[in-house]
Amino acid sequence: MRKLLTSTGILLALMSPAHAEATKIGVITTLSGPAGYLGEQIRDGLTLGLQATGAEFELVVEDDARDPNTGVQVADRMLNEEGIKLLTGIVFSNVSGAVVPEALDAGAIYVSPNAAPSGLAGAKCHPNYFVVSWQNDSLHEASGAAAKKLGYTTAVALAPNYQAGKDAIAGFSREFGGTVTEIYTGVEQSDFAGEMAQIRSVAPQVVFQFHPGGQGIAFLKQYQQAGLLGSVPMVLSEPSYDSVILKAVGPAAVGLTGTTHWNDDFDNEASKALVAEWAAAFPDAPLTTYGQQGYDTGLLIGGALNKVGGEDIAALQAAIKAADFASTRGNFAFGANQHPVQDWYLTSIEADEAGNPKIVTKEKILEAVGDVYAADCKM
Amino acid sequence: MILLIEQLLNGLQYGVTLFLLAAGLTLIFGIMGVINLAHGALYMVGAFAGAWVSIQTGSFWAGLLAGLVASAIAGIVVELGVMRRLYARDHLDQVLATFALILIFNQSTVLIFGRQPLFTSLPEMFSGSVEIVPGLPYPTYRLFVITVGLAVAVGLYLLINKTRIGMLVRAGASNRQMVRALGVNIRGLYTAVFGLGALLAGLAGVMASPILSVQVGMGDEIILATFVVVVIGGVGSVKGAFVAGIVLGMCDTMLRAFLPGLLQQVMPGSEAQALGVGISSMGIYLMMAIILLVRPRGLFAAQG
Amino acid sequence: MKREYLILATVFLLLALVPFLAAATGQTSWTRLVGQALIYGMAAASLNFILGYGGMISFGHAAFFGIGGYVVGILYHHFDAGTSFLGLIPGTDQMLLTLPAAVLVAGLAAALVGAMSLRTGGVQFIMITLAFAQMFFFLFISLKTYGGEDGIMVRRTNALPGLDMRNRDTLYWVVLCFAAAYYLFLRRLVQSSFGQIIAGIRQNERRMAAMGISTFRYKLYAFILSGMGAGLAGALMVNFLRFASPDMMHWTRSGEFMIMVILGGVGTLAGPFIGAGVLFTVETTLARYTEHWMLPVGILLLVVVLTSKGGLMALIRKLSGGQK
Repeated sequence: MRKLLTSTGILLALMSPAHAEATKIGVITTLSGPAGYLGEQIRDGLTLGLQATGAEFELVVEDDARDPNTGVQVADRMLNEEGIKLLTGIVFSNVSGAVVPEALDAGAIYVSPNAAPSGLAGAKCHPNYFVVSWQNDSLHEASGAAAKKLGYTTAVALAPNYQAGKDAIAGFSREFGGTVTEIYTGVEQSDFAGEMAQIRSVAPQVVFQFHPGGQGIAFLKQYQQAGLLGSVPMVLSEPSYDSVILKAVGPAAVGLTGTTHWNDDFDNEASKALVAEWAAAFPDAPLTTYGQQGYDTGLLIGGALNKVGGEDIAALQAAIKAADFASTRGNFAFGANQHPVQDWYLTSIEADEAGNPKIVTKEKILEAVGDVYAADCKM
Repeated sequence: MILLIEQLLNGLQYGVTLFLLAAGLTLIFGIMGVINLAHGALYMVGAFAGAWVSIQTGSFWAGLLAGLVASAIAGIVVELGVMRRLYARDHLDQVLATFALILIFNQSTVLIFGRQPLFTSLPEMFSGSVEIVPGLPYPTYRLFVITVGLAVAVGLYLLINKTRIGMLVRAGASNRQMVRALGVNIRGLYTAVFGLGALLAGLAGVMASPILSVQVGMGDEIILATFVVVVIGGVGSVKGAFVAGIVLGMCDTMLRAFLPGLLQQVMPGSEAQALGVGISSMGIYLMMAIILLVRPRGLFAAQG
Repeated sequence: MKREYLILATVFLLLALVPFLAAATGQTSWTRLVGQALIYGMAAASLNFILGYGGMISFGHAAFFGIGGYVVGILYHHFDAGTSFLGLIPGTDQMLLTLPAAVLVAGLAAALVGAMSLRTGGVQFIMITLAFAQMFFFLFISLKTYGGEDGIMVRRTNALPGLDMRNRDTLYWVVLCFAAAYYLFLRRLVQSSFGQIIAGIRQNERRMAAMGISTFRYKLYAFILSGMGAGLAGALMVNFLRFASPDMMHWTRSGEFMIMVILGGVGTLAGPFIGAGVLFTVETTLARYTEHWMLPVGILLLVVVLTSKGGLMALIRKLSGGQK
C-alpha cells in the first residue's frame, strides 16, 4: 500500500507542473539494496519541498545502486543528453566523490541533500557545489559536545573501521575532551557480542557509537540484550538513530541520548508543514532526517527557481548561495565553503503511549557552528 | 577471565550460526555438486517470513515455524524449477544461475516487504540474561541459539549415520555416479537434501532475526563466511562444517576481541585498533588460505 | 580467416564511429557507455584467458582490476600534492608512465596470489582467490591517505603527449585502441604455443605433466598475464571515471566479470566483450525505467543460462549457421 501511495505521490509531482518552462532537476540517489530507504526518503522529501514552494519543476530520478560507476553514467546522461544543469540526491560519499566533479566540470550546480565528504569541503570547494545537510564531521562533534555537557569524562567510542568511522570517533573525541577508549568494528560486521563484552569490561560512563543502517539496528538490539542499556548511557549522532532504525529496534531504544540538527517536534512553520505534508503523503513511512534534508533541499532549490528561473545558471547559483529560505531546522546559513552553519540539539529517546520509541528534543547544545574545513576553502 | 569466557561463548554462538548455514550448503555442494550462491537468499527468506509472522501474531514461535516452512518451500521450488536443470552443467553456469536467483530473491523481497528493515523482539521466555559465573550475565537468547545449533548438529549426525536416507547422503557425497547407477531415486533424494539445506538456512535466519537487522541483502553478507566454512571443513562433510564453523566463529571473535589489545602493547592506541580490526576482518580468509595450502581439500574431505 | 578479419575491421570501424553517431542522434552518453563496456570487456577477457582457456576459475579478479586503478589514483594523488609515494616514487599524470606502472604492479600482485592459489584446484581455487581479493579489499578500505572507503579522486584524466585527453571523444578512441590491441594480443596468445599448452593443461593436466611440462609454472605465467590485463583495464577505468574506490575490488565485481564471461561465452575471444556490452547496456537501460531493475536482469540471466549452453556466442553461432 505504501508503495502505491509513494508512486502516486511521485506521479502527481511529475505531472502537475508539466508546463514547457518547468526546470528539470536530476536526482541521482540510492534506491536499490539495503540502503534503498535512504534514497526513497530523500526523493520523497525533495518532491514535497519543491511542491511546497510552488516552483515549476520536473524531477528525473535515477538509481545509482550505491555504485560510483553507475552514478557517473547516470550523471553523464542527465548532463550531456538531457541538458540538465541542476543535480541533487546522492546519499553516499563514495558516489558523490565520483559524480560531483563530473557535474561541476559540465558547468552544472550540485546541491547535496546528504553526503558531504571532507575531500570536497576544504581546498577543493567549488562555487557550484552546495551542501544542505551537514559536513560529516559536525555530526559527531555535536555528540562529543553533548556527552561533555552531560558531565561524562570517560567514554568508549565505537565505529566501523573505515574512513567515515574514523572521522566519527575523531569528531566525537575533539569536542568531548575526556578519556576515550576507541573500538573499531568490522566493515560488514553484524554481531557485536564481542564489543559488548569489551564495553562491560572497560565500564565507561558513556558509550558513543556510529553505525548507520542495518549495523546500527543490530548494535542497539544487542546493546539492550547484553543488559548494557540500563547501566551505561549511550550518546548517538544523527545517522545512528533515525526513525526507521528506531522502528526496527523497538523499545530497546528508549533511554538513549542523541544529537541532531532537526527533529519532527521543532516549533517552526516550515517544520510543522513538513510533518503534516509527510503524514498526508506517506502515512506508513516514518519521516527521518533524510526526508527532512530532502525537503530543505527542495525548499532551497524551489525558492531559487521561483526567483530567477532555471535558465541562467550563474543567477541560479547566486540565488541558492543567498540561502533565502525558511529552513525546517530554524537557523540556516552557508559558510565559506557553502556547507551549512547551523545549530545542534540534544534529544532523548522516550516511550510514547504505545511504548514505542520517539525522539524528543531537549535543548540546543551548539549554536551556529560550521565545520573545520571551511578555513581551507578559497573561493 | 570473565571476558575470556564471554568471548568464547560469543564465538560459539557465531560458530553454530555458521554451521547451520554451512551444513546445508556443504551437503548440496557435496551431493549434487552444485555451487549455490543463493543459499544466503534462503537465509533471508527465513528471516523475513519469521519476522513478518511474529509481528502479525506477536509470537516468536509462530514466526519460527513460518520461517522454516517458507524457506523449505522456497528451497524446494528453486530445486524443482532451476537447480534440477543445472546438475549436469559446469560450475560456471551454476554460479551465473544462482547469482541470478540472488537478484530475483532480493528484489522480490523489496517488492513484498519494502526497503525498511523489519523489527522482531526476543521471545518472552528468553529475553533476560543468566549469570553463568558470578559477574557474567549472558543473554539467555544467545544460549538458546547455541543449544539449538548443537541440537541440530546431533540430529544431523544421527540422521546421516543411523538412517537409510543418511546412508544415501553419505554415499552420494563420496561417489555421486555410483549412487545414481545403483538405481536410487536420486531425484527425490536431491529435492529432499535441497529442502533440508534450505530449512537449516531458514532456521539460521529466524534465529538471527531478533539479534541482527532483518533487511534485504542480509544473506549476501554471511554467504561468503559460509563458503569459507564449507571449504575449510571439506566439501560434502557435515562433520567438517561443524568443526570449521565452530573454529572459525571462535577465531573470528577472539581476533576481534583481543588482537587490538595485543597490538597496543607494541604500538600507539588508535593505530593498533585500526590495524587489529583490519587483520581480524581478513582473519577468516587468512585462515582459509593457510589451511588450504597445507590441506588443499580441506580438513575432512568427503570425496577422495 | 579472411572473413574473421573482415568482421573485426567492421566492428572496429563501427565502434570508432560511435562518438559521431552519438552526437548525430543527441544521445551523447552512449560514448561513455560503450567506452565503459569496452573496459569491462577487457577485464572480462583477461579473466576469460585463465578461466575459459586455462580452466582456472578465479573469483578474485577484481583485485587486480582495482590495484591497476589505484596505481593511477595514487600516482595522481602524489602528483597533485607534490609528494611522493613512500617518500621514494614521485607522482605523475602521464599515461605513458601510469599505465605500465599499473600493469606491472597488478602483475606482481597476481604473481603473489597465483603462486599460492595455484597449489589448490577446483572449488578450493575459487575460494582461495576470493580470499586474497577480500584481503586486498580490506587493505584499501583502511588506507586513510588514499580516501579509505570514500575512494580517491583523479581530477584530470592522465595526459598523453599530442592528444587533448580532456576531450571525451579522444579519451574514448584511446580506450578503443587499447581494447582492440588487447583483443589482438589475446588472439595471438591463445594461438601461440604457450596458449596451446595452457589449453592442454585444462584438458588434461596429468598428460601435460607427463610430457615433461612444468604445469604449475605455465599456469602461474597465465595467471600473471591475466592479472596484468585486468590491471590495464582498471587503470583505463580510473582514467575514464576519474575516480578510484574500493568498490572496484569488491567481490561482487569479481562476480560481475565472471558473469560477463559466462553470458558472452566461455573460452571465446569475442564472448567477454559481448557479455560485458550486453550486461552493461541492459542494466543501464533498465535502470532508467525502473528502480527494480535487478528483477528483470535476474530473470534474464536465469533464462539465458537455462536455455542456452555456451552463452551468447553460442547463440550467435547457431544463428549464423554454425560458422565461426
